[in-house]
Amino acid sequence: MRLFRNVIWLVVMLSMLSVSTAAAGTRIRCASTTSTQNSGLFEYLLPIVERETGVKVDVVAVGTGAALEIGKRGDADVLFVHAKDDELRLVEEGWFVNRHDVMYNDFVIVGPPGDPADIKGLTSAVEAFRKINSMKTSFVSRGDNSGTNRKELKIWEETGVNPKGDKWYLEVGQGMGKTLRIADEKRAYTLTDRGTWLALKEREKLDMKILAEGDIMLFNQYGVMAVNPKRQPHVKYAEAMKFINFLISEKGQKAIGGFRDSHGNQLFHPDAE
Amino acid sequence: MNEILLSFEKAFYLIISLDRDLMGIISLSLYVSITAIIIASFTGIVLAYALSFREFPAKGFLLNVLNTFMGLPPVVVGLFLYLMLSSRGPAGFMGLLYTPSAMIVAQTILAFPIIAAMSYSSIASVRPNIKLAALGLGCTDIQASVAVLKDARYGIISSVMAGLGRVMAEVGAVLIVGGNIAGYTRVMTTTIALEYDKGNFDLAIALGIILLLICLGINSALYMFQRRTYR
Repeated sequence: MRLFRNVIWLVVMLSMLSVSTAAAGTRIRCASTTSTQNSGLFEYLLPIVERETGVKVDVVAVGTGAALEIGKRGDADVLFVHAKDDELRLVEEGWFVNRHDVMYNDFVIVGPPGDPADIKGLTSAVEAFRKINSMKTSFVSRGDNSGTNRKELKIWEETGVNPKGDKWYLEVGQGMGKTLRIADEKRAYTLTDRGTWLALKEREKLDMKILAEGDIMLFNQYGVMAVNPKRQPHVKYAEAMKFINFLISEKGQKAIGGFRDSHGNQLFHPDAE
Repeated sequence: MNEILLSFEKAFYLIISLDRDLMGIISLSLYVSITAIIIASFTGIVLAYALSFREFPAKGFLLNVLNTFMGLPPVVVGLFLYLMLSSRGPAGFMGLLYTPSAMIVAQTILAFPIIAAMSYSSIASVRPNIKLAALGLGCTDIQASVAVLKDARYGIISSVMAGLGRVMAEVGAVLIVGGNIAGYTRVMTTTIALEYDKGNFDLAIALGIILLLICLGINSALYMFQRRTYR
């Protein structure tokens, strides 16, 4: 009987707990990418969004591939990702509406300071990848269908080489931070977004360097779009639009431009029209 | 080495600072895992009990399945549940995806086979002598069953502890169905994974230490309970 009484007590205490953790107010769900979350942007930006619009945004941060899929299934109200070609295609196909450019940063090719493939100073990403391929120096790929991974595959496509399955080409299937760490350990090259690179390089003393940058191909555009309410009638379209409209407003753009990482670097440049 | 010492220091400061976000994360972890364990315990023990008092053709097969499911990969459970709970899935109308309730369901699925299978072995191992003795002494069927459960209590509580260990440490399933939403579905293990992703190794280890301390506390309580009732 004592056991029974103890269990009842537990249940009562837990139900009290559940009341205190219950959600309230207008909240929408935003599917976004790990790179945006790991940079600390959301921690900085979401309280401002809530203050200005009254909308509380829950962020589910996954790879871009998963984010697009979650959005298509209607399991999110709004998407904040960086795969512009795919975004435009999905808008065309009717899955999403009201897509806007929000901000950008760029990708850089990093590698060991010794630069065995001799790509230093190249401004053509395709040229750099070609050299890495011809020297067969190790290259670590995200291999997770993320925005960064898609960008990388696009550059390989331009070079006309298909490195998949080659011994020097390592698909790790992990996030950007882990991928950089693996590249550092393996003395390999990799493609990374500048934000994650800046954050990790200083904190973890990576023995790597930016070796190629500045190609227009390496431009990394972030966009926001709402799930089409005609396809998914249950989504919170009005609230999603409040969020989108704030992000592209002068105030929202200023807030994004004002974000600094813990080392004082500006990671994102607002560019909504 | 220095990094690890630093983590212990950080864990200590985190605990004494009673950080509000951290307390929210800890109480959500406890709420999700303990609720899941209570549901899995009730259903699991009832199943174990029913199995040990009945003989039927598919029993061996059923036990085999239960034992196999003890090793269910959490990511698979998470993905399966995601497809079920997704708004386009068969249970989408319930709106459970990315809520603490979805996490409870996931952890219940993970803990249930462990509690059922382990409880079954402890009930089955005491059954013949105790039940016969009780019946021989003139007990009714129900009284005899209670005697069996009482005798198997030690093993049953161990099974609950094993289930709790599994769900408290689990990250793959709750990450997928909970979404690791800050302040809503973020629990200890998903926070640790996130801090690792962010490169905050010392904070990740510090959180791990706190998680272990919490589990130690819960297990000590269960152990005392086990000792006390076993006498």
